[in-house]
Amino acid sequence: MTISDKILMEVNNLKVHFNIKSDNAWPWQKGHALKAVDGVNLTIYEGETLGVVGESGCGKSTLARALLRLVPITEGNVVWLGQDLTDLDKKQMRDKRQELQMIFQDPLASLNPRMTVGDIIAEPLQTFQPHLSKAEIKQEVRAMMDKVGLLPNVINRYPHEFSGGQCQRIGIARALILKPKLVVCDEPVSALDVSIQAQVVNLLKALQAEMNLSLVFIAHDLSVVKHISDRVLVMYLGNAVELASRQALYETPQHPYTKALLSAVPVPDPKIERDKKIQLLTGDLPSPISPPSGCVFRTRCPHANETCALQKPVLQPLSDEQQAACIRLADIA
Amino acid sequence: MSLLSTENLLEVENLRVSFGTPDGFVTAVNDLNFTLGQGETLGIVGESGSGKSQTAFALMGLLANNGVIKGEARFEGRNILSLHEKEMNRIRSKEIAMIFQDPMTSLNPYMKVGKQLMEVLMLHKGMNKAEAFEASVKMLDAVKMPEARKRMNMYPHEFSGGMRQRVMIAMALLCQPKLLIADEPTTALDVTVQAQILTLLNELKDDFNTSIIMITHDLGVVAGLCDKVLVMYAGQTMEYGSAEDVFYRPTHPYTQGLLQAIPRLDTDAGILSTIPGNPPNLLNLPPGCPFQTRCEYAKDRCVENIPPLEEFASGQLRACHKSVDGWVA
Repeated sequence: MTISDKILMEVNNLKVHFNIKSDNAWPWQKGHALKAVDGVNLTIYEGETLGVVGESGCGKSTLARALLRLVPITEGNVVWLGQDLTDLDKKQMRDKRQELQMIFQDPLASLNPRMTVGDIIAEPLQTFQPHLSKAEIKQEVRAMMDKVGLLPNVINRYPHEFSGGQCQRIGIARALILKPKLVVCDEPVSALDVSIQAQVVNLLKALQAEMNLSLVFIAHDLSVVKHISDRVLVMYLGNAVELASRQALYETPQHPYTKALLSAVPVPDPKIERDKKIQLLTGDLPSPISPPSGCVFRTRCPHANETCALQKPVLQPLSDEQQAACIRLADIA
Repeated sequence: MSLLSTENLLEVENLRVSFGTPDGFVTAVNDLNFTLGQGETLGIVGESGSGKSQTAFALMGLLANNGVIKGEARFEGRNILSLHEKEMNRIRSKEIAMIFQDPMTSLNPYMKVGKQLMEVLMLHKGMNKAEAFEASVKMLDAVKMPEARKRMNMYPHEFSGGMRQRVMIAMALLCQPKLLIADEPTTALDVTVQAQILTLLNELKDDFNTSIIMITHDLGVVAGLCDKVLVMYAGQTMEYGSAEDVFYRPTHPYTQGLLQAIPRLDTDAGILSTIPGNPPNLLNLPPGCPFQTRCEYAKDRCVENIPPLEEFASGQLRACHKSVDGWVA
């Protein structure tokens, strides 16, 4: 697949902070800021797949939602085809969502249990293209169902009659029926069994090629991300720690966190797995309410020293394809 | 399979678990056979609904009320499936212990972690409070819990997921059981934490010579830990053999499909090969081999007869009508 140089979306210094108040605080007391996403810069090109990986609590889902303005953005902006999405009012944003769609993690919970498959897939069309006649809508829905591999005879069934993999196909059909340019997939396969996961990953890849989609693919499973992404963003505690092309990230990871993450993934091969040297991370993820000063990873980083606590590292270009946020890269290489 | 060898710690023979439900009789585990030696690790692999967790619950005597067990499971020569609740209670934790999938919900949120640990020792080993406290601290140290003494006084919600799973492992190992059943112990955890827990289990296996039954859907987890692997599908054993055989020379179409469908870090990206279709509904299994509806090699004989589990090479068993020739390299 060729990726054009056309920039679809630019994310500048995006911050999403949630205000957390403890239950026994006085009404006049101020809450704490939970820094779910803390200054992420990104560019998404037409036709590419950007994988976002990280452990739970690293802010990857919040980032996904912020791209579509599904959570309030604290600072920074998201520029979609030259237009700043944070400037738009509700109605204008709503129109933009024709081009920006989302696929959710829990396939069953994201479908209305009281609507039939046909109605679920048709709803975006009815909302955004009210001039279409019933027959036209039905035709579009059938064509879409065929594309995602749903048999036409299931059109009047309800979500509970389907397995997880098929529910995810319905979710994909709903997201794609408006022919969006960018689809944000928030852990679309993590709830599925291995054999079904492969089906859905292949389907997404095929549809992307057919419809020239850009995908933001969020997952905690590094192997799945490797199979679908052109570029990969690694997040840790609300910060981007490494952004690189797939090849660069998996073959020559630079940031200590990326290295630890990659070495922790089990490989289904007994010999490799038994001889493998895992870079074990010590300790737990720090709280995003009071993240460490300077580099957020320094409390668990095997290479950290005093200088890491002083300043927050930003993504530094290492090559055309790779950026990492670490001040000690030269020392630890 | 040898029937009365004394070397085996656990021998499971024709284990069948079924449930009476309003919709009919569901057989979750269908004629399962395996043996486990002292210090050995067995991985039971399967997708959701394959019966792997129910196997664990059956062995621990923890089945739901509508569950019916048939067959035998001899632990040190004694059939533990026919034991009374009281006798089983003596075996649980002391001889066989279990780690549950969800560390968030399997600890009592109202009890301090220390008390939950000490309870096990006071009940099973008759220790007094002070002894139990010291033994618990020691065990928390053994599972690499930082500041173990301080943690004894904390409630489960004050721990992270990985730490809670360590508490569960410590609790399971308190009485130094001969057999540890781990039901998806790392599924709810992040990869870096999973790596910590798996390293820990590997070390404990060597230190205590514990036999482990590892139940998981993740073949990568099995590869690093297990000596033997049993692949289940729709309640039945598809393939059973040493980890090397199953991973490098899989002979059952389901095992092969499963291994090819996993995206791997160590291979190049491309289109993943898939197993078409969906897992069958246990209420309404297809006739013959449960996998035949999704199997590319399925023939008439697969619909007519259920293939028996047969040993086709030393220590390697599988249930498939297709001849092995040409598959074993």
